[in-house]
Amino acid sequence: MRLAAWTVVFLLPVAVFAGRFLAYRSFGGKGFIEALVMLPLVLPPTVFGFYLLLAFGANSPLGQFWTSMFGQQLVFSFQGLVLASVIFNLPFAILPAQRGFEAVPVDVREAASCCGMSPMRSLWRVELPLAWPGLLTAMVLTFAHTLGEFGIVLMVGGSIPGETKTIAIAIYDRVQTFDDQGAATMSAVLVAISLFTIAVTFWLSSRVGRRLS
Amino acid sequence: MALEIMAKATTPIPLDLAFRVEAGELLALVGHSGSGKTTLLRTIAGLWRPEAARVQVNGRTWLDTAAGVDLPTHQRRVGVVFQHYALFPHMTAAQNVASAIDHLSGSAKQLESERLLELVNLSGLGPRKPSQLSGGEQQRVAVARSLARRPEALLLDEPFSAVDRSTREKLHAEVIALRAHLAMPVVLVTHDMNEAQLLADRMVVIDGGRMVAEGSTGAVMSNPEALHAMGIREAAAMLVATVDRHDADGMTRLITGAGPLWLPKVEAAPGARVRVRIMAHEVMLARSRPEGLSAQNILPARIVDLQPGDGPAVLIRLALGEDEILARVTRRAVAALNLAAGDQVHAILKSMSIARDHINAG
Repeated sequence: MRLAAWTVVFLLPVAVFAGRFLAYRSFGGKGFIEALVMLPLVLPPTVFGFYLLLAFGANSPLGQFWTSMFGQQLVFSFQGLVLASVIFNLPFAILPAQRGFEAVPVDVREAASCCGMSPMRSLWRVELPLAWPGLLTAMVLTFAHTLGEFGIVLMVGGSIPGETKTIAIAIYDRVQTFDDQGAATMSAVLVAISLFTIAVTFWLSSRVGRRLS
Repeated sequence: MALEIMAKATTPIPLDLAFRVEAGELLALVGHSGSGKTTLLRTIAGLWRPEAARVQVNGRTWLDTAAGVDLPTHQRRVGVVFQHYALFPHMTAAQNVASAIDHLSGSAKQLESERLLELVNLSGLGPRKPSQLSGGEQQRVAVARSLARRPEALLLDEPFSAVDRSTREKLHAEVIALRAHLAMPVVLVTHDMNEAQLLADRMVVIDGGRMVAEGSTGAVMSNPEALHAMGIREAAAMLVATVDRHDADGMTRLITGAGPLWLPKVEAAPGARVRVRIMAHEVMLARSRPEGLSAQNILPARIVDLQPGDGPAVLIRLALGEDEILARVTRRAVAALNLAAGDQVHAILKSMSIARDHINAG
């Protein structure tokens, strides 16, 4: 839960700016960037987790930088897990955000600047309110997907209680120790949370849709 | 306060022209789609950057590619009415207008927004969302919003093309009435010659990114180059007339410099001045005053000059008292009647040939 929340917090600004950039600009190599963003969607979590583990490890430049800055390891820490989670959730956040910004008509954006709004003001007053359904979907998908993520969390985070243990891994541990009752309860909770967040998203976005049409 | 623009480009469409619009003047940029007129408007607003261009408004340089000056759109004091209005759908009409007011705040801003909505005859509709407004009402909100910044240049991009004909007539009349409040240069982009002739002081005709004709609307309408670009069937003249009386059979009598003109009911009170657009191909000529003719309007006229075209037609300028109209007849008819400049003739005009949206207050 904590991991999911932090992932959403870090990923939201990334999604807003990357989604907006990808939605408005066309440039050489845009297809490649989009493919790169999609990569976590198709790679097996073990492959992705393996590369992240290499990148975060104590021998990697990133890992060494982190250790010198904060005096602790990046792998098997909560911070490392958040970073990994942010990266593997990129497609779930950026794609809906991109669709959201693409839904803002070009002439409406142009009208905003013709009304004297600076780009930041236009983003705040016009684009965000109109791209809101896409951003909401991005946040909910990220949240729900992080709750359910298993493979990468296990690879990068290990399963340290209180530090890098997620619900999905806790369920796995319960099943391993034949604690079917505990696994069942936790699974039901996860299903309920997922269902609730997705239902709320649909309800909110249909309300926004009605407001705009 | 005046607007000067020079623009040169090769892509996406060729562009090579320059013109100037004076303060308070309404200039119509006329041309077919793809002629470059909207691109020019976008250049003024800063939404498009041609390869070489200079835009100066009110003595300030907005864009000068040679000097490396390029103000972003939000720093150019410009008002734009977009073809599809581009209202902010999540804001009310009043919020749309207020969003462009940056020189006031708080309740003063709200008052100014209400004043602007009143100016476009929308008082009371401020709390509505754009989706709850008709096309004509949305267009008026867009006009109010474009004026909210106190723009130094007002740009109208085919603002009447997305509404039905009767709404368009009303909006035309409103723009004519609004002109008194507009001290800045106004550029209207349109492909509708009627609209340009009704609303504009001056016209620039563009074809393939080049200026083919420029001048007062009357002069442009009899300019062969302009007619070549716009299509000869657009040849027409504006006749200024005063409403005399409405008859019970649905006809209205107008007074022109050359005599009375009968038209189907004109929506204006007796004494009002109207401008009537008379299409050149609707005008017939006769050497002597014809008898037993169904046409209601037979006006004495003098031939000013004759301009043979490429095809079988000749465009003839006629003086009707103080005014001039155009007639387009065949070469064959010119030869048969032996028409020459300076001749006295009778111009014949069917009442029913005047379209309703070709009559406007003004």
